Amino acid sequence: MSTFLGMPAAPPRSPYGTGNLRGDRAFPEAAHDELGNGQLRRNLGKATRTIRAKRLAVTGELPDWEQLRDAGSAIKADTMNRLPELLEQLEQKVTERGGTVHWARDGVEANEIVARLVRATGSRDVIKVKSMATQETGLNEHLESLGITPYETDLAELIVQLADDRPSHILVPAIHRNRDEIRQIFLDEIPGVDPDLDNVPAHLAAAARAYLREKFMTTKVAVSGANFGIAETGTLCVVESEGNGRMCLTLPDTLITVMGIEKVLPRYQDLEVFLQLLPRSSTGERMNPYTSMWTGVTPGDGPQDFHLVLLDNGRTAALADTIGREALSCIRCSACLNVCPVYERTGGHAYGSTYPGPIGAVLTPQLAGMDATKDDPNSSLPYASSLCGACFDACPVKIDIPSMLVELRHQHTQQSGTTAEKLAMKAAAAVMRRPKLYTAAQKAAAVGRVAGGRDGTIRHLPAPFDGWSDSRDTAAPPRQSFRSWLASAEGAATMRAAAEEGVRTTADDRTEDQ
Amino acid sequence: MTTTARDTVLGRIRDALALAPATGTTAPRDYRRGRTLPDGERLALLTDRLVDYKARVYLCTADDTARVIAEVLREHGARRIGMPDGLDEEWLTAFDGEVQRDSADIPAPSLDALDGVVTASAVSCAETGTIFLDGSPDQGRRALSLVPDLHVCVVGLSSVVVGVPEAVALLVPERPTTLISGPSATSDIELERVEGVHGPRTLAVVIRTDV
Repeated sequence: MSTFLGMPAAPPRSPYGTGNLRGDRAFPEAAHDELGNGQLRRNLGKATRTIRAKRLAVTGELPDWEQLRDAGSAIKADTMNRLPELLEQLEQKVTERGGTVHWARDGVEANEIVARLVRATGSRDVIKVKSMATQETGLNEHLESLGITPYETDLAELIVQLADDRPSHILVPAIHRNRDEIRQIFLDEIPGVDPDLDNVPAHLAAAARAYLREKFMTTKVAVSGANFGIAETGTLCVVESEGNGRMCLTLPDTLITVMGIEKVLPRYQDLEVFLQLLPRSSTGERMNPYTSMWTGVTPGDGPQDFHLVLLDNGRTAALADTIGREALSCIRCSACLNVCPVYERTGGHAYGSTYPGPIGAVLTPQLAGMDATKDDPNSSLPYASSLCGACFDACPVKIDIPSMLVELRHQHTQQSGTTAEKLAMKAAAAVMRRPKLYTAAQKAAAVGRVAGGRDGTIRHLPAPFDGWSDSRDTAAPPRQSFRSWLASAEGAATMRAAAEEGVRTTADDRTEDQ
Repeated sequence: MTTTARDTVLGRIRDALALAPATGTTAPRDYRRGRTLPDGERLALLTDRLVDYKARVYLCTADDTARVIAEVLREHGARRIGMPDGLDEEWLTAFDGEVQRDSADIPAPSLDALDGVVTASAVSCAETGTIFLDGSPDQGRRALSLVPDLHVCVVGLSSVVVGVPEAVALLVPERPTTLISGPSATSDIELERVEGVHGPRTLAVVIRTDV
């Protein structure tokens, strides 16, 4: 137990330049390119439409869906409030049952722990269950740099890995690929695949089964994430569909599970809430095909060497923010991605982070920060939203994503200090307070028409207004402002005519009413 | 004195909670719990949900369990099957193929040579069509119901509950527990559901209606 020896210090974010919590360019720039990809937009549109309909159907089936959301939200809030004791309890229970618990301050440390554990087994190969945490830390890249080969076993993760691509969705990482593209990836990358493989999803899945079967049967070490870790009992839980999770959690000698510290739940009973919320929100199924739950080591059943790595990597920084803390309640269902009008069009890559979509736009800056001194691409994420609120409605644990986005925008402008844009806004405010100055400024602005080109649209404003035009096209200023038009003879005549027209119309209406 | 990662992370959490103090929360649990339904309705609901997720469903009584299991195995062409050590031997008396009684010294990968496996089950949830296995002697270790391509799972109607809370309440947390809702499936290609990936591609559920 540690005690406070002074003022509490703000916990650090995930270290800059590590892992996969930051893109290499700002959202608007990345989105601009993605939007130009018609195939991507068709794939995404089809997939998100399908899953939205499924989710609505199965959540509508439960008359107590809202009560389940309330319970889920409150259990998560309670968890965050009691995080130290719950983690210590989880550690104690896992240890009692023969597991070993490791703590990682950040992604780099987690990667090092996993690599050390893998090396200790002597294995050069690792099979992996889809895991957001290890995607976040860049574990695969780290293992490869040490000559250890990680095999992703989830079908979509396999597609992404074989194509040397990046995941673009939390649940369906290859959502940006259609069946023809996947067929081609398999033909190019899977050794010994049937050259006559067609694009039927069942046949593509069968090809993946054949390829991975031997890996499952022979690989001695598996790495997984965890959907839930129960403090009360030390039970870990992985929710999946294909059986690759069961294979990885059951067949190897050694299992290493990397879990974010926010994934702990107080009681075993809490699963009765989350096992209803998660599958219905994520795949739109009443229940996902397979869920595995294990507690430490069970003699004669499954891995006899079990390690749990508890990962901070910026989570405590999020916890230190009353509003930002809510993002830690996320159960990674991806419902918010599927309902988001921005995600549906740009796809996940534009966000640059392991966590895309609305939740990614709030979680990523919470975990990794928005570094004001480094022109951080993450600073653009809170603006990757129209604030329509669909994500809040869809969230099974009621995370108020729109309010968090607004708060992050506020934090971003606060952090940015005195920028040219801020000075310009100040100047505009001063001008607008003085009518004569305002009129003069509007006349001057008409000169800006030349920037508008033929269609009267300005795509790039000069600094300090480039921040505005980065994400929007601006209409060129009109030849004449409304105020000066109104004051002109033409304006006065038009207004008189309109007034007379109005009088006539009102009189006609009265006649009709009678 | 060096600070361990454990101390650092726990210290950070305490700092975070000091900087942004928590407000007391009690989780409301006014969702549906403790539901019951008559046998016929639970059976109908479970069957509907299993069939919806492409599991094969067979009904039998305690007396003709062995006959129905043998028929199911024959129908799927299973000649060589595995059984957990604690499975009721009566259930396999009508099967004329080869039976491998499982034990911990059989390497899990060799289970791949089996055509199928017959197990019992711990609990089932009708509303979601979910069968819970908990590693009891009549269900065996997890690999046994995973590696073979056909899983014949026997469910007693009295172990079928209505919803998820009722099922979770009956579990023993320390046991390795597997929830099965239909055969393995993926929706990773254009979100089109495909049954049968790495887990057993065929799930046959034999429901004993008088047990």
